[in-house]
Amino acid sequence: MSVLVFAENLQGKFKKSAFEIVSFGAAIAREQQLPLAVISIGQVADDELAKLAAYGAAKILKVEGDAFQSMNVQPFASAIAQAAQAEQAKVVVLSASFSGKSIAPRVAIKLGAGLAENVIDLPQMTNGFVVKKNAYSGKAYSFVELISDVKVISMLPNSYKVVEQAGAGAVSSFSPQLTPADTAMKIRETVRSTDKVALPEAELVVSAGRGLKGPENWGMIEELADVLGAATACSKPVSDAGWRPHSEHVGQTGIAISPNLYIAVGISGAIQHLAGVSASKVIVVVNKDPEAPFFKAADYGIVGDAFEIVPRLLSAAKTFKASQN
Amino acid sequence: MKILVCISNVPDTTAKINFTPDNKEFVAAGVTFILNPYDEIALSRAVDLTAGGGQVTVINIGDAATEPTIRKALAIGATDAVRVNAQPRDSFFVASQIAAYVKNNPFDIILCGRESADHNGSAVPTMVAELLGIPCVLFAKSLNVEGSTAVLDCEIEGGKEVVEVPLPFVAGASEGMAEWKIPNMRGIMSARTKPLSVIEPVEVPQLTRHQSYDKPAARSAVKMISADDAEKLFQIIREEKKVI
Ligand SMILES: Cc1cc2nc3c(=O)[nH]c(=O)nc-3n(C[C@H](O)[C@H](O)[C@H](O)COP(=O)(O)OP(=O)(O)OC[C@H]3O[C@@H](n4cnc5c(N)ncnc54)[C@H](O)[C@@H]3O)c2cc1C
Ligand SMILES: Nc1ncnc2c1ncn2[C@@H]1O[C@H](COP(=O)(O)O)[C@@H](O)[C@H]1O
Repeated sequence: MSVLVFAENLQGKFKKSAFEIVSFGAAIAREQQLPLAVISIGQVADDELAKLAAYGAAKILKVEGDAFQSMNVQPFASAIAQAAQAEQAKVVVLSASFSGKSIAPRVAIKLGAGLAENVIDLPQMTNGFVVKKNAYSGKAYSFVELISDVKVISMLPNSYKVVEQAGAGAVSSFSPQLTPADTAMKIRETVRSTDKVALPEAELVVSAGRGLKGPENWGMIEELADVLGAATACSKPVSDAGWRPHSEHVGQTGIAISPNLYIAVGISGAIQHLAGVSASKVIVVVNKDPEAPFFKAADYGIVGDAFEIVPRLLSAAKTFKASQN
Repeated sequence: MKILVCISNVPDTTAKINFTPDNKEFVAAGVTFILNPYDEIALSRAVDLTAGGGQVTVINIGDAATEPTIRKALAIGATDAVRVNAQPRDSFFVASQIAAYVKNNPFDIILCGRESADHNGSAVPTMVAELLGIPCVLFAKSLNVEGSTAVLDCEIEGGKEVVEVPLPFVAGASEGMAEWKIPNMRGIMSARTKPLSVIEPVEVPQLTRHQSYDKPAARSAVKMISADDAEKLFQIIREEKKVI
C-alpha cells in the first residue's frame, strides 16, 4: 500500500508547486504510515527527478513515451490510475491546476474512488478522512468525508508549504497500457508564455481594474509584477473590454486565486471579484476613492491615484528586491 | 445536431451565504438562485450551434425548486428539458445521472460549465466523459464544429491550447465561448409550454459524505497607509505579515 502523488513538470522541469504537492503527499503518507510514491509523466532528466526525493518521495515512477509528449489528460489519467493500482495506493494526490482538475475526476472514476477537489488543508485522518475544501466561490469552506476505500484529492496551489524531508527516491520506469480511446483528443497547437508566472499558482499577483482607464496604461502594472516576480491579473470588465486577455480575469467567473500577496489597483471590490481573490493571504488595495468597498476586504489600503501610487510602488519594489539580494 | 447542456441552479453571485446554526446545511431561504453563469455561456453556444437546425436539451439534477432556472434555460433557447428528481449529493452522483441519461439518449455534444458557483468542483464534466468513455475539454474558450470533429481553444497553465476531438465529446465552457444571451419576450412566452420531463435518479454508490460548512475568518481591520508612505509598503508587509 502507498500514497501516490502526481508531480507535474513544465517542459521537463519541476516548479515549486510540484515540490509543494509532494510535501503535502508526504505529510499524508506519514500520518497514514504508508510509503510515498511519486509519479512523473513526460520527458524529465534523471537529475531533475532526483529532486523529488528531497521532499519525501520513497519511490519515483517515471512514465515516458510518445503519448506523453504533451499534457493530454486522458493518457495521463490512465497512467496515474494504473500506477495507483500497481502501488496499491490508498490516497492519490494531484494539484488542482488546470491539468490536475481535468485528470483527477478521471482517475477517481477509474479507481472507483471518492474525489475531493480544491482541498486547502491537510486532511483530518484521526477519525475517518475529512478534507477541507473551498465552496460557494470563496465565500465558504466545506468539510467532506471520503468514505471510499481509495481516495483521490486535488490540492489548491499555495495551500501547503514546501517541506524538505529526505526520501529514498528510487527511480523506476512505469509503462501504462493505453487504449485508442485514450488518444481520441489531438492537440493541434500549444501557446505558452514560459517567461510569465502562471496565475493559478502565483505566490504574488498584481491586478488592475477599470480604474486604469485603458490598455495603454498596463505597462506600469506589468513592470511592477516583473520586479516582484508576480503574475498579472485583472477584473472582469477589463478582460470583457479586451484590454487584457480572459486568462487574466480573476473572480467568481474567472480564476480563483490564493496567493500570498494580492495587490489590487483601481478595482472597486465587487462581491464577484472578491469571490475569486478573498483567499489571498495578504491583500493591498490602491484606489482613489476612500469609500471603495474593496478597502473593507483588504489588509492594507492606499488612497490615491493609481498613476501616482504605482510608480512609487515600482521604485519601492526595486529597492526592496535589491535589499534582499 | 443534438446538444445536451448540463445546467446547475446556484445562488446568485451577490448572495450572502448562510448556514444552519450547526453549520451542517446551507440555508436557501432568502437567496435568489440563478442559472450557473458558465452553464449560461454553454447554453448560448449550443443555441448558436443549432441555429441552422438541431436540438438543445437541458438537464438538471435537482428538486422541483430548480424549475424556474430550467424555464430560464428554455427561454434562452433550449428545445426541451429533463430534470432528474434528486438532491445533487456530490459530483459523482450528478455525473452518474447525466451519463445514465446520455446512454439511453445519445447526443453529439454534451456541454457543461467549467465550474459550478456552489460546489466549485470542476469535476462533473470530466466525470461524465470518463463514464461515457469519451474526451472532455475543460476550460473551453471557443467551440467550433467541422463535420464529425470539433475544434476548441482551452486554457492551460500559462497559456492556451487548440485541440481537436471527434464527436461525441464533453466540454466545460469558460469565459469567451459565447456571449450571455438575454431571453426575449417570445422566448419567455414559449418557455412556459416547452416540454420538461421529470425522471427518477439511478442508484449510485456513495463515496463521499458532506459533513459541515464554515466561513473564512473575517480579515482584521484594514490598515491605511498614506500615499506619502507608499514607498514603505513592501517593508511593512515583510515585517508584519512575513509573506514576502
Ligand atoms: C454574474 C456576474 C459575474 C461576475 N464575475 C466577475 C468576476 O469574476 N470578476 C470580476 O472582477 N468581476 C465580476 N463581475 C463584475 C463585478 O460585478 C464588477 O462589475 C467588476 O468587478 C468591476 O470591475 P472594476 O472594479 O475593475 O471596475 P469599477 O467597478 O468601475 O471600479 C473601478 C475602480 O477604480 C477606481 N479608480 C478610478 N480611477 C482611479 C485612479 N486613477 N486611481 C485609482 N483608482 C481609480 C474607482 O474608484 C473604482 O473603485 C461579475 C458580475 C456579474 C453580474
Ligand atoms: N446539479 C446539476 N445538474 C446538472 N448539471 C450540473 C449539476 N451540477 C453541476 N453540473 C454541471 O457541471 C458543471 C461543473 O460543475 P462542478 O463540477 O460542480 O463544478 C456545471 O457548470 C454544470 O454544467
